Amino acid sequence: MIFSVELVYIIMGIIGLCCSIYTFLDKANPRRLLSGLFYFLYSLTLLLGKVIPPFYIGIMVIIMVLIVGLGGLKKGQYGEASAEHREERRKRLGNLLFIPALLIPILTVVGSKLLVNVKLGSLQLLDPANPTLVALGIACIIAIITAMGLTKSTPKTAVKESRRLLEAIGWAVVLPQLLATLGTIFTSAGVGKVVSDVVAKVIPETSLFWVVVVFCLGMAIFTMIMGNAFAAFPVMAAGIAIPLLIKQFGANPNQIAAISMFAGYCGTLMTPMAANFNIVPAALLDLKDKNHVIRVQVPTALFVLAFNIILMYFLIK
Amino acid sequence: MVLIGVALIIIGFALRLNSLVVVTVAGLATGLIAGMPLKEIITQFGEAFTTNRYMSILIVTLPVIGLLERSGLQNQAGHLVSKIKAATAGRILTIYLLIREIGAALGLNSIGGHPQTVRPLIAPMAEGAAETKYGEVPEEEKEEIRAHAAAADNIGLFFGEDIFVAVGAILLMKGFFDQNGIDADPISMALWGIPTAIFVFIVHSIRLYLFDKKLDRKLGKRAKNDPSFSKKDVSK
Repeated sequence: MIFSVELVYIIMGIIGLCCSIYTFLDKANPRRLLSGLFYFLYSLTLLLGKVIPPFYIGIMVIIMVLIVGLGGLKKGQYGEASAEHREERRKRLGNLLFIPALLIPILTVVGSKLLVNVKLGSLQLLDPANPTLVALGIACIIAIITAMGLTKSTPKTAVKESRRLLEAIGWAVVLPQLLATLGTIFTSAGVGKVVSDVVAKVIPETSLFWVVVVFCLGMAIFTMIMGNAFAAFPVMAAGIAIPLLIKQFGANPNQIAAISMFAGYCGTLMTPMAANFNIVPAALLDLKDKNHVIRVQVPTALFVLAFNIILMYFLIK
Repeated sequence: MVLIGVALIIIGFALRLNSLVVVTVAGLATGLIAGMPLKEIITQFGEAFTTNRYMSILIVTLPVIGLLERSGLQNQAGHLVSKIKAATAGRILTIYLLIREIGAALGLNSIGGHPQTVRPLIAPMAEGAAETKYGEVPEEEKEEIRAHAAAADNIGLFFGEDIFVAVGAILLMKGFFDQNGIDADPISMALWGIPTAIFVFIVHSIRLYLFDKKLDRKLGKRAKNDPSFSKKDVSK
């Protein structure tokens, strides 16, 4: 293929590397060397993930965690544009500013839908492993060039601005990847099996209503532990849905599937383990409480979970 | 025994220790308890970390968003909204929720997202609407508005995307049922998601309506009582 997923990671790594140089040089940061090292190591794992043997990547990840744990990751100064400066430029550019911002979603959608099977010669244009990701990467590059032209900025400014945002997110930027790693370790240590055994023990097999309640709550809680409903479904479905709901009570598997996945998503809304949906946005939006997004989502999640239980019960009954 | 890792996570998050440290310790502990050698655990760490690089895709959006913010994109988003009299924070987020949910149901997952849409556009629009209505908005309420913006993105995405047949979740479940010798039909699975999807939209838009009322109660009164209050001109 011409544009591979690995290429997008390389771009991410280069952006990170450039940012880390400014962190190393930032005299306003009391821990500039350790902070710089954190972003430098992280960028290397993105850039060379395919090249460096996994054991050494693992060591690098642990060093990054140590830097954060020992308070080595601090913020610096970013030479932000003053409010007047920003306002003056905004007045000049007006709604043109929206163009690069809107190019990202539009080009990603167009790219991932229309170019997905396009071939140049014998080569596939976009990596079939994850065309959306590649389309997003290409869309961002086109948007960066457009934005630099529009705002008459240099790549240097683009890097400095990226560093401002990257350091605003801070350690949370690594959390989703690390949680996914934890999920892998949980799976290979057999946590899923233990949880489904516990759930299977508490289940009253004769009452349809309580089976539905335990199944849906189980989906939500298991998702909260793993941070991912996809990990919960096979475990809960094998433990409860197939033997009890489908085989014993004759439920329609399509209905079970649709509703149970949504019950899992209710769990996703309530857990810090789903960091890329709940914790990273809190960092990205400068929220003091990292759990603020979760706090806002919990009431809706509980209402919807109750609705799913009732809906599933009446559909099977 | 392997549940010790889960317990560590819960305790660590409850004590508000740094999440990176909690997750790493829980991972190492779980691996050791399950009898994996340390070198093997670290290798798994590295392997899974590399496989899941796609989760950090937001980095590729940073240069664009950073540059545009430097030129006042967020102010422009707020400014645009300030011209619409009927705009409130809750209404803007309800419209975004609807667009996000329908978009995801049509397979257009990438029209939203926290770094590329919520931070530069949706959150400033909702904040801008509140500032036009109430004047200066205290930081506490601003944070509440931004948290709601992030939540609307998540809720719209999650409960919309499973209506789309070719989405990962549907394919995963179809594959799982196939393996277990049970007939399942992706189209029917997607359709049975619709009742919940509609319910979510109703519940969450009611909550956003109540959120507007709460902002009215907290900030509206102040605006009325203070004679020196003048609606903040966002274009200034």
